[in-house]
Amino acid sequence: MKRRDFLKTSAGAGLAAGAALSLGGYDKLWNTEHALSKYDMVALMGGEPDAMFDLGIQELGGMGTFVHKGQKVLIKPNIGWDVIPELAANTNPLLVRRIIEHCFKAGAKEVYVFDHTCDNWVNCYKTSGIEKAAKSAGAKVVPGNSESYYHEVEIPGGVKLKSAKVHELLLETDVFINVPVLKDHDSTRMTCSLKNMMGVVWDRQYWHSNDLNQCIADYALFEKKPVLNVVDCYNVMVKHGPQGVSKEDVVQMKSQIIAADWVAADAAAAKMLGVETERIEYIAIAHKMGLGNMKLDTLNIKRIKM
Amino acid sequence: MRSPLLRKFRILFASVVFIGFFIVFADFKSIIPVKYLNILLYLQFVPSALKYFDLRSMVSIGFIAVILLTLLSGRTYCSFLCPLGIGQDLFSRIGGRIRRKFRRYGFKKPHTIIRYALLAATLIVTMIWGLYLITLLDPYSIFGRFMTYFGKPAVIVINNFIAGILHKFDIYTLDHITIKGFKLLAYSVPAAFFLLIGSMSLAKGRLYCNMICPVGTLLGMVSKISVLRININESKCTRCGRCSLGCKSSCIDFLQPHVDVSRCVGCFNCINNCTEKAISFGFVKLKKKSETPHDVDTDKRKFIAGTLLLMLGLPQLLRGQDKKTPIPKKESTVKENKTSPVCPPGAGSVSDFNKECTACSLCITICPNKVLQPAWLDYGVAGMMQPVMNYHKGFCAYNCTKCTDVCPTYALRPLALEAKKLTQLGKANFIKDNCIVKTEKTACGACSEACPTKAVYMIPYEGNLLIPETNAEICIGCGHCEFACPVVPYKAIYVDGNPVHLAAKKPVNVQSDKPVPSEFPF
Repeated sequence: MKRRDFLKTSAGAGLAAGAALSLGGYDKLWNTEHALSKYDMVALMGGEPDAMFDLGIQELGGMGTFVHKGQKVLIKPNIGWDVIPELAANTNPLLVRRIIEHCFKAGAKEVYVFDHTCDNWVNCYKTSGIEKAAKSAGAKVVPGNSESYYHEVEIPGGVKLKSAKVHELLLETDVFINVPVLKDHDSTRMTCSLKNMMGVVWDRQYWHSNDLNQCIADYALFEKKPVLNVVDCYNVMVKHGPQGVSKEDVVQMKSQIIAADWVAADAAAAKMLGVETERIEYIAIAHKMGLGNMKLDTLNIKRIKM
Repeated sequence: MRSPLLRKFRILFASVVFIGFFIVFADFKSIIPVKYLNILLYLQFVPSALKYFDLRSMVSIGFIAVILLTLLSGRTYCSFLCPLGIGQDLFSRIGGRIRRKFRRYGFKKPHTIIRYALLAATLIVTMIWGLYLITLLDPYSIFGRFMTYFGKPAVIVINNFIAGILHKFDIYTLDHITIKGFKLLAYSVPAAFFLLIGSMSLAKGRLYCNMICPVGTLLGMVSKISVLRININESKCTRCGRCSLGCKSSCIDFLQPHVDVSRCVGCFNCINNCTEKAISFGFVKLKKKSETPHDVDTDKRKFIAGTLLLMLGLPQLLRGQDKKTPIPKKESTVKENKTSPVCPPGAGSVSDFNKECTACSLCITICPNKVLQPAWLDYGVAGMMQPVMNYHKGFCAYNCTKCTDVCPTYALRPLALEAKKLTQLGKANFIKDNCIVKTEKTACGACSEACPTKAVYMIPYEGNLLIPETNAEICIGCGHCEFACPVVPYKAIYVDGNPVHLAAKKPVNVQSDKPVPSEFPF
């Protein structure tokens, strides 16, 4: 990208952000005292998914910093595939359950879980173990299989993705927590926080046919951003992603990354996967568009080994 | 026996069977386990007979049970077990509500030539050419198609309406289901039959069963030597004709008095209608006309017009819900070269399949991914309405064997899941000149992402880009790649059917050598 282009893009992004703020999205954008937390990111290693989250969220000041009493929370794991938890194509159900429990403990009125799956949604919800885990923690597991649940929104400043149909829960809830699983991906090389958003939109074929990497980055402009990205790196699919073929594709890394900045979370996840961040184009694009910080050395990261 | 309870028992039994079938075909949430489903299907005459001749085993002797039942008690099957027959009784009842005259049948002469000609034609055509006429006329398959094409969509429309209301109250127990309509032409045959059978049953009771249905005619022949039947006690009978007026089969000639057993479906209405208690159901006693007035009936015409509108409108309505995929900037240019249709798993081969399927559409309605669609001319005239894999509508789920589990005729043979995962229905073909990666120079990989065996995988292309490549050996032809490919109008990857299904190789996978990190790499 030329400097002039960069300036143009940044100006556009700035204007768009300004416009979004003036339209009253202000509270939703910055209703976060978590800016007060000492850390930009917490990375954990060596524990079980739920235990690592307990410790990680504590370091960030507890779930109460992000979820307030009476709020509605949306948790968006990856439930894309009709595959058992051990094969790590979907977010770890234990982690999902624990996050829901923390939300309720912080006083959440309602917690919702859904994904727009790739395989048959009923089977995905069931086989992934996430439906059971989420329901047992008291969350509402909501279908994402029909266009009727999706509503058109503008993506101000999007280069390729100027509008998208997003799930109504994203618009109706107060707090959004993104819970991707880290995986290899055969065309973007990695799927994690930013790419997980392909599961909140209806028409992802549009993304595929209109510069996938740019669309993934563009979506991050949308005003409803996650307060937290909890990256599940417990079992990591390091090849044949995002669906996987068999357990040979999985490496048990027993790790977790928690950050509000999804570009940063993805940059750290790329290191875990052992892929050069520059090769995952959407991370670089999102960084340049000012949607987050991929320069990990400028961040204050809390590293915990259990 | 002349207890009025006989009729009540018939209604109760038939209701249970009918509701069972209705639920089986309308079960859009896949709640009913396959084993219960098979109990209902076991006694369906044509599917069971076909399965028997295919398998030649005792697993499917349901149709023999039906013949024995007919020898015992006449065409009980038609009133108690045939979902189409019971459905017609329901229509007749509604007909009686619309206009009382519809419920006054009276004796009619049998359509002897038509019915035996149709039965003979069905048998001959089936033996020489194939299932064409059975597919068209088997009552169970006709019922299945009614449910699949009209019944289930109607149920889903209601579900969506209720789901919409619940949804307002933040309740998601019912989910909204997108209805994908079939090809418009595919509706033509079921719609024509619905009009035919609907109007016949509305006004004339079981006319369809006694004039057209080959199963009815066949069982009618058997029932001529049945042991239990309707008897009229001549000494008690006053020739009042009440029995005949209530006879849906129009088979009681009360002046003789005589019951035509080949048409009697054993509904027991006559027993209840007889004020003299002259009619009973029991062991055969050897021995041996009224015309209803005929005038123009506007209600009937209105009803037919209304049904016609609904039939023509429903498919349109459903198709309206079928959302199009967004069009990429440039349209693809290379046409897919499909040499053979893809037939469902368990079919073995297209020719075998075409010979054994009666197009009852149970697999179509039960397929969770809606990849099974009724064929129009995909298989040629032979296979009209039979299920064909349509990868623009859906894809075959890797972990699913539902269609092979339910098929009542054995046209789809049961496959263990592991065997199904290695059954190659067709092979994926990649058209590079249509691919986004080549035409737009941007990343895509939707096909490879979707592939469950990695028969479609990505190899380095220009710069940082990756482009698909296929490995036909491990491809099972599930069509997920074709379904996912965003290119229109021609896909950049498509599955060409195997006329004879082949065995795919099991994908070989080696353990990743990526080290487990012991330190944070950042």
